Amino acid sequence: MCLAVPGKILSATGSDTMRTGVVSFGGAKKEASLAFVPEAIVGDYVLVHAGFAISVVDAAEAAQTLEYFRQIGELGELEEPGGKP
Amino acid sequence: MKYVDEYRDRAQAEGCARAIAAITTRPWSIMEVCGGQTHSIVRYGIDELLPEKLTLLHGPGCPVCVTPLELIDKALRIAARPEVIFCSFGDMLRVPGSGGDLFSVKAQGGDVRIVYSPLDALKLARENPQRQVVFFAVGFETTAPANAMAVFQAHAQKIANFSVLVSHVLVPPAIEALLSAPDNRTQAFLAAGHVCTVMGFEEYLPLAKKYRVPIVVTGFEPLDILQGILMCVRQLEEGRAEVENQYTRSVKREGNRPAQELMAKVFRVVARKWRGVGEIPRSGFGLRDEFAAHDAEARFGLVDYHVDEDSECISGQVLRGVRKPRECPAFGGRCTPERPLGATMVSSEGACAAYYQYRRHEQTSITAGKRS
Repeated sequence: MCLAVPGKILSATGSDTMRTGVVSFGGAKKEASLAFVPEAIVGDYVLVHAGFAISVVDAAEAAQTLEYFRQIGELGELEEPGGKP
Repeated sequence: MKYVDEYRDRAQAEGCARAIAAITTRPWSIMEVCGGQTHSIVRYGIDELLPEKLTLLHGPGCPVCVTPLELIDKALRIAARPEVIFCSFGDMLRVPGSGGDLFSVKAQGGDVRIVYSPLDALKLARENPQRQVVFFAVGFETTAPANAMAVFQAHAQKIANFSVLVSHVLVPPAIEALLSAPDNRTQAFLAAGHVCTVMGFEEYLPLAKKYRVPIVVTGFEPLDILQGILMCVRQLEEGRAEVENQYTRSVKREGNRPAQELMAKVFRVVARKWRGVGEIPRSGFGLRDEFAAHDAEARFGLVDYHVDEDSECISGQVLRGVRKPRECPAFGGRCTPERPLGATMVSSEGACAAYYQYRRHEQTSITAGKRS
């Protein structure tokens, strides 16, 4: 039920509680309320839940998390499975 | 899809699992709070990548599962009324009440509709002024801003034929109830990333301190969950009990302030019954008096309607992580997603339904073993 899907804002209109936008989810477009993400602008990725954007995805943090996994993955390749680093 | 696919890489998941194995020296039990995380764990077999010493317990974070029988019965009564258009998220329709479910009400002629957003229900109310439109407002903190906004707009736009049947629950009081129970086995928590996207994680700080448990705010993709587990194990092994944030691309310490402000305008904190668990003080939301005109329970005279729960269903123990789905004698036999005895078998996020969907063909002999 708490599923939220990341999508890219293509356009935005209205203001305050009536602010909405068209969001693309891997190509599928859907309208979403942007009332809770006043800082979001066209081109940003937002997490959408039940028709509402609840956060703007932080691109720098996302990249950092992925870099962490890449490093962990490389560490893993250097060892035998089950071995210690 | 961006921000999804890159967090499902198999090789990196295995690397992360090896990193977990390398630092695990003792047996630990970690609970994922959210049903969405349970679903990911079982679907991708994340628990099977982990060392034997680690046990994942599945928590109470499925709003469909914890909605009390009483509320389901109220929904059935309201939905059966001829003047009502009853709107709900799809996963509530098969939750069994005392006499049938919302699907059976629909089959008998009730106007029950699945909506994607509470604003869709509000639109129906605007378009059908001669009908009563009721939205089943269930969910955790993640969903509360959306439901609050629907009530707020109905009130502001004077859409009098719109009301909500509220069954909102809150995560931190449930975590505290689990931790203070004498049969608690949980030593660390993966906190639910989308609940914390809305609420932030400051309210978890006193819980981590008081009960000496690590709490790691965690996302939903396989790599997120593995990193959350790694961060929990590292804390447990080092004897720390802190709140940490794995899901930094979405969660800020303070959460989403505009969403919190609107929730506070529309809702107040109340005691709520949790199906299979019982009443937990200050564990949910009810409408504030200013919005009482949009309260479906009052509108349809159901405020004083109460039902007791019973049945052989052990969902209460499953929801508290005390037992696993396959320890239930009814699992997969008398209880299936088509004919569920309890709510954990209904929602795709319920632990029983997840085990049924992905694991029912495995031999029951492993019930007592690691993977049960």
